[in-house]
Amino acid sequence: MIIAERKPVAEILDMVRDAKKILVLGCRGCVTVCSAGGEREVEILASLIRLGRKKEGNPVEVAGATLVRQCDKEYINSMDQWEGQYDAVVSMACGVGVNFIANLRSSTRVFPAVNTSFFGGSVVQGEWTEQCAGCGDCILHLTGGLCPVARCAKSLLNGPCGGSQDGKCEINPQVACVWQLIHDRLESLDSKEQMLRVAPIRDWRPAGHGGPRKVVRNDLTV
Amino acid sequence: MSDFNPNIRAFCCHYTSQQASSDHGEGLKQAGFPGNVVLDRLTCTGKLQVSTLLAAFEQGADAVYVVGCPPDGCHNVKGSQRAAKRVGAVKKALAELAVEPERVRMYHLERGLHPEFVAAAREMDTMTRALGPCPFNGESR
Repeated sequence: MIIAERKPVAEILDMVRDAKKILVLGCRGCVTVCSAGGEREVEILASLIRLGRKKEGNPVEVAGATLVRQCDKEYINSMDQWEGQYDAVVSMACGVGVNFIANLRSSTRVFPAVNTSFFGGSVVQGEWTEQCAGCGDCILHLTGGLCPVARCAKSLLNGPCGGSQDGKCEINPQVACVWQLIHDRLESLDSKEQMLRVAPIRDWRPAGHGGPRKVVRNDLTV
Repeated sequence: MSDFNPNIRAFCCHYTSQQASSDHGEGLKQAGFPGNVVLDRLTCTGKLQVSTLLAAFEQGADAVYVVGCPPDGCHNVKGSQRAAKRVGAVKKALAELAVEPERVRMYHLERGLHPEFVAAAREMDTMTRALGPCPFNGESR
């Protein structure tokens, strides 16, 4: 899922310093699961904005709501119920939600309340790690299911860099060297000869280097 | 400043505060519990949300504290540990807003009416008087 973290309150207060009526809009998708922008976090941020503005002697009206998702037009359309009621929307969705509101509501001032961090998973409660870079040309079948693009600091495709020590990354010793993990896993699966494969030069355009990406499923379009 | 009588909210676990509030507070008063501390009894402090603590500040509290069971003696196993985490989150939020984080505090106390329960309230009262009105209430005091 997409992992996000709330921005510092001061940064958010600065964005909306001129607003008189604010809607803090959460999303019931990924940011609910990673406790960054669901219903509970909306309540907290709304309260913090009110307190921050009260402290500045410039009280503000802040309401909170959540959409099922902010990455679908049909759910953005449900924002029509608040048309003209707020002069700023603070979105607690990932950056997709902010973009969708900006794309679809030309007169709505929308601000991001979270920093969208990465595609990850929850290893233990309260801790998330990056697992996928969304790079568009998946090679997990060659690496025992462990991603060197997302999990190697250098995104190497042909084995370790030689700098790891005791199985830890030289860039961040808190992180396991994914190429060590790949080696150990392939060995345990009796497939370590896959390490001998030389990866061809990669076309990075599907990884975003060719501009914004797009997926069209003709079986779904109507 | 000398006539400042702080508005203090205390959120207490049912088990921690049951004796304290069983006689409508008379025992508390006699034990020297400050009259400006308003008690909120909870089923378990683990039920307490960050937003509830923030709402207390929005409603005008100068300080807020939580009294839950000892971390390893919670009737609901981890309730008071969860509460302590949430108090920590509010401390962080107050610091982000440049407000003294000590205006919110967690106490882990044995259940029932003990001198420590009264002492906690008096400590919060003394500390809040020293800090003065909460900056959120600055304009209205």
